[in-house]
Amino acid sequence: MLSSYRILDLTNEKGFLCGKALGDFGADVIKVEKPGGEPDRNKAPFYHDIADPEKSLYWFAFNANKRSITLDIETADGREILKKLVKTADAVIESFAPGYMDKIGLGYAVLSEINPKIILTSISGFGQKGPYRDYNDRDLAVWALSGYMYITGEPDRPPLAPSYPHAHLIGAMNGAIGTMVALAQRRLTGHGQTVDASSHQGLCFAISIETKLPWALQKINVSREGRERMKIFCKDGVVKIPLLWQCKDGSIAFFFWVGPNFIKHNESLVAWIKASGVDPGLLGTWDWAKEGWNKYTMEEVKQIRATLETFFMKHTKMELHDGAMEYRIQLTPVLAPKDLLEFPLFKERNFWREIEHPELGTKITYPGGFVKPGVGDCGVRFRAPLIGEHNEAIFKDEMKMSTEDMVNLKQRRII
Amino acid sequence: MEEKRPFDGLKVLDFTWGGVGPFQANFLAYYGAMVVRIESAARPDVTRQGGNVNPHVLAKFAEELKDPKKRLEFGPAFAVTHPVKKYGMSLNLNNPKAVEVFKQLAKWADVFVESFTTGTLERKGLGWEDLKKINPRLIMHRTCGYGHTGSMASQPGYGQTVTSLTGFYTITGWPDRLPVPISSFYTDHLSPLFGGLALMAAIDYQQRTGKGQCIDQSQIESGINYLSPLVLDYSANQRDLALRGNSSPCAAPHGAYRCQGNDRWVAITVQTDQEWESFCKVVGNPPWTKDVKFGTLTGRIKNSEDLDKYVNKWTEKHTAEQVMTMMQKEGVAAGVVATAQDSEADPQLAAYDFFHEIEHPYLGKQKFFHPPAFTLSDAKAEVHQPVQLGEHTEYICKDVLGIPAVEYDRMKKEGVFD
Repeated sequence: MLSSYRILDLTNEKGFLCGKALGDFGADVIKVEKPGGEPDRNKAPFYHDIADPEKSLYWFAFNANKRSITLDIETADGREILKKLVKTADAVIESFAPGYMDKIGLGYAVLSEINPKIILTSISGFGQKGPYRDYNDRDLAVWALSGYMYITGEPDRPPLAPSYPHAHLIGAMNGAIGTMVALAQRRLTGHGQTVDASSHQGLCFAISIETKLPWALQKINVSREGRERMKIFCKDGVVKIPLLWQCKDGSIAFFFWVGPNFIKHNESLVAWIKASGVDPGLLGTWDWAKEGWNKYTMEEVKQIRATLETFFMKHTKMELHDGAMEYRIQLTPVLAPKDLLEFPLFKERNFWREIEHPELGTKITYPGGFVKPGVGDCGVRFRAPLIGEHNEAIFKDEMKMSTEDMVNLKQRRII
Repeated sequence: MEEKRPFDGLKVLDFTWGGVGPFQANFLAYYGAMVVRIESAARPDVTRQGGNVNPHVLAKFAEELKDPKKRLEFGPAFAVTHPVKKYGMSLNLNNPKAVEVFKQLAKWADVFVESFTTGTLERKGLGWEDLKKINPRLIMHRTCGYGHTGSMASQPGYGQTVTSLTGFYTITGWPDRLPVPISSFYTDHLSPLFGGLALMAAIDYQQRTGKGQCIDQSQIESGINYLSPLVLDYSANQRDLALRGNSSPCAAPHGAYRCQGNDRWVAITVQTDQEWESFCKVVGNPPWTKDVKFGTLTGRIKNSEDLDKYVNKWTEKHTAEQVMTMMQKEGVAAGVVATAQDSEADPQLAAYDFFHEIEHPYLGKQKFFHPPAFTLSDAKAEVHQPVQLGEHTEYICKDVLGIPAVEYDRMKKEGVFD
């Protein structure tokens, strides 16, 4: 859908996903790397654990569907080449420290002079203005300030961050949407503008309902609850039950809703528990149409919890998945990436994509598109580029640079 | 003077509910599109129901709350999912005439965004096959938990369970305990970014070519796209992610450190040697910072447990804000482990007017209306109080669809707009 657009991608790991997502819809995304390769090519994990800028799986994942040129934009000659490329581009996306583009003479004022239609999208941890603008915005600092860390983990231990840090992916996606909004406005006005996307704001938006509402309305600071994320208001107090429950071989997610929309659902749940030979106890006598949690005491809710625990522990997560499908219960197996690859639904929907990596002599399985559009394709079509893989195609074939010039620029480490 | 807004003239029909679909339509509403939101009091949006209202507010509006329809305007989650200008239209699709009105709207619209499970609209004769006959240039953007094909297409998906099928419930935890969720409905807030992008790509394509299409978004497939490196790590290396608590394979110190006050923490991460030197300077270069075992990054990571003890001893003498400021002044990445209360006072968020304050129809002045997380230099996101259920039904029927007054009154009596 976006194959008529060209994007110059100057980002590091903070912005990789922005260009990748646009490339998934066919945009021509040109990754502009430092000679020798973008430093964040050294981000783990690596193919067969061999630390090598051409083998980073992190790089592969978020730079597929892009072409690569090498160019040192800190040199005068390098800048001139970039400026030429800006003439035919629709957007430049970058994730340097705020102010860096201006500092090296490639700020929006300069770019828009060359091409008034250009859109400059900047992705950063905290934004291009404000008191934290120049803060070191490594993932953990952004994650902590977003509020997610405070509410994640166990009450008896420190706040917890994910072992797979991903705060900047949220800023990158907001950058992609912002770029599209700017393109929409350009169609009406004829000129480009700047887009300032922030991971911090993106995460604060995401967490808003869960923590900011209880604070705004009741001055409650939501805190760490481990897996026990459901508060039950009983006859004699408040007790918590889990969102994630253990089963025979792992965990399942089950959020125990009660109310007018869940009458049939809960009747069906009781039928399932009975059919599997477990005594439903208090669940068996619950009148779902008329009674809520407040019918029970805290002690009784603990009994109900024990019934569910017994029931879940009798089954594997996939047995519970099959049962949930049959009885139409809101219960899902907790899947790790390994399990995802085996999960039937993704095979039915032809989700996974096998992408050729000729240099490695292998194919690697990638997640498929994030949507299935009616026009064209969404998803990985070709692997991430090698360092400067498309120098010749861009510099020579397209920009008509002479072989001499290319050799000269290469010797001076500009390309 | 503001020039043309990005989505000026775009007509959008919004039949979404809960926490994913609305966010996608909101991107258009912030920037000038005319969005007509269809709802029904007979099956109200979950975000309009229950939760979190201050008892004082409830007492003040005791009369209004007796009216089940008015009660739906108190759902505060709805304000967060709808901080934008929309036109409220109420339709009870159990009435065949309401289905006809819906079809007129589908003919009027450029874009139709919905978030029901497969079959819900088809049963009313409002599926893609039906609507594309009425309006071939229509974009129908469909989002649901598990996608619109396959064995789970008709299963309703809530964020709490949907997240379970993305891998997101397996990436956080202490090595000696079970993994914990990051949030209760995490992907509800991440999948709209992919869905919103798809929506805008389709609009861009429609504006250039005049062609419509149907987009099928499975929220779990969007969710997995954030975890691609882990999928590749398994597919290429057969490796499962190891849960490491707060320790990192590429930084130390790395984690949450105790500060002055009750349950107060600061997150610090030190990666490069330069950052380590700056860190040592901030803590005053005590003897332990000179210990050879902390001399290299590899050494610091290997001895991170020892290191953390020293760091905690230093941080607990300061407030989290002090540590963040001191560290950041020297270029070390640190951030207060923020509570909701901290965020509300966060000067960075204030610089972007993130807690935009407006008058809620019943809850008074509130600060939970947010602009999007990106800022355009030439287009301001318009933040607006949430639309009331059916607020503009008459206007839409008469002025937009041109339904004669007599006809409108008759339909109203027949319960078309309940």
